[in-house]
This record gives sequence, structure tokens and C-alpha cells, in this order.
Amino acid sequence: MFACVRRLGKGGLEGTCIHVKSAGGIRKGFVVIVCRACHDPPCARVCPTDALVYREGGGVHLKPKLCIGCENCVEACPFGAIFWDFHQNKPEVCVYCGYCAPYCPYDVLALEEIKELSHVTG
Amino acid sequence: MLPGDPLNRVLYIDLSRLSSSVEERPNLFESALGGSAAGIQLLAEETPQGADPLGAHNAIVFAVGPLVGHYPLASKTVAMFKSPHTGNLGESHAGGRSAISIRMAGYGAIVIRGVSKLPIYVVIDGDQVHFNDASALWGMRSSYTVGSVLRVRESGSGLRSIMRIGRAGERKVSYACVTTETYRHFGRLGLGAVFGSKGLKALAICGKGSLPVADRRAYRKIYDELFEAVTKTTLMKKYHDLGTPMNVLPLNTIGALPTRNLQSGRFEGAEAISGERLAEDYLGRRVACAHCPTACIHLAALRIPYPNDPYFYKTLMLGYDHELIYAMGSMLGIQDVSGMLQLIDEAEIQGLDVMTTGVTLAWATEALERGLISTQDTDGLQMTWGEAEAYLQAIKRIVSQPTDFYTALARGVDHAASQYGGADFALAFGGNEMPGYHTGPGAHLGYLTGARHSHLDSAGYSLDQNAARSGEAITPQSLADSLLVEERWRQVLTSLPICLFARGVYTPEVVLKALGTLGIEWTYEDLDRLGRETLQIKYAYKQREGFTFEQLRLPQRIFETPAPTGTFDETFLRQAIEHYANSL
Repeated sequence: MFACVRRLGKGGLEGTCIHVKSAGGIRKGFVVIVCRACHDPPCARVCPTDALVYREGGGVHLKPKLCIGCENCVEACPFGAIFWDFHQNKPEVCVYCGYCAPYCPYDVLALEEIKELSHVTG
Repeated sequence: MLPGDPLNRVLYIDLSRLSSSVEERPNLFESALGGSAAGIQLLAEETPQGADPLGAHNAIVFAVGPLVGHYPLASKTVAMFKSPHTGNLGESHAGGRSAISIRMAGYGAIVIRGVSKLPIYVVIDGDQVHFNDASALWGMRSSYTVGSVLRVRESGSGLRSIMRIGRAGERKVSYACVTTETYRHFGRLGLGAVFGSKGLKALAICGKGSLPVADRRAYRKIYDELFEAVTKTTLMKKYHDLGTPMNVLPLNTIGALPTRNLQSGRFEGAEAISGERLAEDYLGRRVACAHCPTACIHLAALRIPYPNDPYFYKTLMLGYDHELIYAMGSMLGIQDVSGMLQLIDEAEIQGLDVMTTGVTLAWATEALERGLISTQDTDGLQMTWGEAEAYLQAIKRIVSQPTDFYTALARGVDHAASQYGGADFALAFGGNEMPGYHTGPGAHLGYLTGARHSHLDSAGYSLDQNAARSGEAITPQSLADSLLVEERWRQVLTSLPICLFARGVYTPEVVLKALGTLGIEWTYEDLDRLGRETLQIKYAYKQREGFTFEQLRLPQRIFETPAPTGTFDETFLRQAIEHYANSL
């Protein structure tokens, strides 16, 4: 989470596109919430202005100028991986840069190139 | 401080009026940075001389600092309060998500004043402060359940800290703790009782702010250097691998593991309760505080059968550390790991400081053996070394207090010994019960002179072990000088504040570079000044509240049980204390 913000040259957590929370209390461990780069992303399908469009290779790309801030995308993502920028009133979603991965010392995070559709649906 | 950095903001919460306000305190944070240095100044402002620690005039201060939210292992919150346990300065640090949440909510410090008429829990969500009725939570048997209820009821999962007390805090046991994120604690000196006295069952803090940096490129560069040092070098290895329980066996080998109320420095059951054995047989999960890649928190998975139903089990996940193993293991002669873990669990359920609880039970066991008390006093419990069941019941009674004896135990060994005798083997220093190191005079001098009477003040145990290894002679003066240098430097580290486990990483040079990237251009002289002044301000507060070095009580037991450095005597320690006091 901190790496995601540090990528932009800031400290803190505002604007992070990856989230970590406990799985119902720390006794049960943690879950990581981040865009899984769907090949048929529901968030893009529900965008009324085509501001959120399918990105070649999986996931989505935001065209901020087209976004009207309806938050349909937030509702559509079953993982809660679309976050919200309350200042801009626009979604915040992973851009698949991989900056965070090297800061996970336990190999929970990795940036992988996935070419074949079957690999992700399998 | 950079424009836009919210560190200067202090949130004042008045529980008597159920109101809050924010004040900008740029001068305080520019000169003190944050943490310990800012916290002691706020406490001194807030609490009038002679304030009752359990009264409306005591205040709770939580302070974070500039490195929090920027750098790894800057993960601690410093709590300052007047301690109901010692009647003097209370300072306790905790990690979890506490520091990140306070900083991300947009504050450098939170000050809590007054007393609520009704039990309440307070939620700080960025700029908003909500006061909620906690009547239904008050008196719940388990502090775990309080955490579970608030976790579901309040929002902000992953971005919040939920600090809460158990019944021990409600009943103002003077060493009740405040638990945060289930496994971290403001453990020592009774912050839980101060919460309880204010009717404050829990405090949840949530935020997601951003922080400016002065030089982006330098910030990322220094960050990477620190991250490399933390994850790729051996500096954090001890905490990363077995964790602090790796101390158990080496301390036992050199005869420094307090056993059966320090009647010995060696425990025949040390192997059974060692970090190695726990990791092998029980380690079930590893977790970390927010913004720490080390994950020193080791959780033991303990399977407990239902008493009457075959094939029914519950599995507890319990944090264990060296100090807990010492307090609920060797100090009570317990080598049955399951029993030891259940004692830790009961202390967690009640919300007690495990270290003081263990030392108190050890004193009670010896007092019972020596006939200073009877089983009438103990409500029929035959506390016996190595027998976990009686201790399990005793922990509950410290909170429920069915007899005067337990009411006395609920104030620690100094007080209990003042009522029943046995001060010679009542192992408290400056009123605070002993940590798990009997390495020699350095450890004990550190407990006595440290401003919070903690092994973490000045790490005397480390000086002893070096001396025992090298065979070098130590004098009272040299020992006191070394401890003072260390304690001053630690004032700086705990004003940033960083986790002291990272003290090997955060050298003065690294601290200056890290501060520089945040627009805080300090010099070595500035750090030196901060360390000296902070310790002086703490001692001025302690003396204002009646502390004197001359009145420190030295339990005879520490001179009787040989330490790795050999035996030492009271004259040695008194000379060292005097030298420390004069050098302050």
C-alpha cells in the first residue's frame, strides 16, 4: 500500500490502488485486494461513458476526462478492487506497473506477464 | 516541517463534555519531532502536579512522529499518562496499526481528557470524532469479543486501529493493558486502568491521508536503502526468524533466565518453552505491524478440546514473545507449553500486562510457600511452581478480586509486599515488575534508572552480556555512563518514533538522511540535544510527582541469585544510581 503511493513520490496511503486488511481479525491472517486484471471486466461493462475501458492483456484503463463519477464500477467489482478518489471523484484502480511487488518480501505479490487467456481462466 | 504535513495537529478529546477540538502546535513538533519528546511535553502540560492517575485530571497522550507513514518500521505510537501502577510517569509503546492510523487520520498527537459519565467508545475517522455508547460492551468476559464486535460495527478495515481494554481495565487493575490489533499492547504501567477510569472502553482510529516529501528522488532512494537493510542484511534476523523467543535458550545457558521468582537463573524446562521448540511444534502464523516487512509477531496455534464432547476442538492463535515465555513460563516454573499458552490467553482475555501478572503470581507462590499468606488468602488456590491450572484461576481472581489478597495483587508486588511482607523477593524496580533478564548489574541498573523502568529504556542486559563474554571489569560509573548514553539516544528513536527492534538500522546518519527527505534539516547536535532534553524533561516530571533516586527499593533477591557476571551487591548499584542521577 505504501509502495503504491510512494510510486507517485508521496508518503502515506491516499491513492493506493492495493489494499490489505485482516480476514476478519488478525487471528485469521490478511487478505490482499487488488485488481486481478479480468479479461471481461464487469467494471468496464457498467461504465456509462466508456471512461473505463478494457486494456489489452487484461484489466482496465481509465480515461479520466470521460468519467462522471457515478461509482458503478465500484459496485460492479466483486473484490472491491476499485477504490475511490474523493477529491477528484474518480475511481482509483491498479495500473499493473508492478512497483509494489519487490516491496513484498514474502512473494505474496508478483508482476507476471499473462499472454494466454486459458492461463487466467484455468 | 513541510507545508501540508498534518503532524503539527493535536486532537484534543474531552470525555467529560463529549467534545473535541484541533490545535496546531508547530513549535512543539519542530523542536521535539514527535513521539516521546512531544508526548512528555503534552503530558506535563495536561496533568497538574499530584493529579490522581485514575481521576479526571489525568490525561492520555498518544504521539506519533515524522517518520511514521514514510519509512519502514516507523510503526510505533507512544502513550504518555500518569501511571496508576507507579503513581508516576507512565510511558508505553505499541505498534499494530496504531501509529499509521493516527498519522493517516491527520494528527501528530491525540490528547484525551476528562471522564465520561457513561461507558463509551470513541471513533476518530479523519476529521470526525464520534462518541458511542459502550454500556453493552462494559463487563464482557473476553476482550477478544470486544475487538470482534467493533471490527464488524465500525468501518475502515485495513486502515484502522482498534484499541480496547478488558475487564482488568474496567476494574482498574493497576497493570491493565490496552490491546490493539489483537496482538499488540500498550502493555506496561497500566494504561488500561486509565482507560477504565475514564469510562473509555475502546478507541478506534481510521484514516487514509497522504504525506508530502521534500525530495521525491531522495525519499525513494533512502527508502530503498532502509528496506534493503531491513530485509537483506542480518540486522533484523533475530526478529525475523525465531523472534524474541530465541533469547530463551542462550539466557538459560548463561544463567540469566529468571526462574521460580528468580530463585535461580536456570530453568530445567527451558528447552521445552524455547523459541526453537515453539516454532517447531506450535508456530501457526506470522504477522507484522503496518509498514514493517519483518513480521516479528509469532502466533502459536493451540488446539483445545471441548471439556465434554469428543472430537470437538477450538484453535487459539496466541502471540508469544520472550517476555511472555519468561513471565508465564520460567518465572512460574511452567514447562508445559499448552499450560503456559493458556495463561497468556487468560491474561489477554482479561486485558492484563502479562509480565507484571507473571511476576506477581511468582511472588504470591513464594509468599505462600513461606507462610506469609495462606490458602484462605488465595481463596483456596494452592499456587505451586509448574502447575498451570491454579495460576489460570488466580489470573481470573486478580480481576474479580474475591479476597483482600487479590485486591492487593491487583496493584502489583510492591503494594502486595507492603501489606503481606516479602519485599526481599518482590521483584519490582521503581514500582514496575521485572523483565526477563537477570544478566547482571547492568540489567537491574537499567530497570532502576530507566525513565519507564523498562528493559527497553537502556538495554542493560546487553552491556552485561558483553562484559560476561569479554571478562572486562565494569565499574558503577562506567555502567551508569553507558546506560545514560543509550537511554538518551533511545529518546531520539522513540520520538521519530521507530520500533526499537530496528535500532541497528536507524543509525544517527540514517535518521538525519531520512528526516532530510521530509524537509527536516537537522544535525548530529540537534539529535543530541533532543535526547538529552527529553530525558531531562521526563525526570523533571518524575521528580515533580515525587520520584527520588534515593528511595528506589532494591529487592535483595537480585544479589542472592548469581548472574552471568557473578554476584554484585547493593553498594555497587547504589553508587551507579548516584552517578546516573548526577550525570543526568
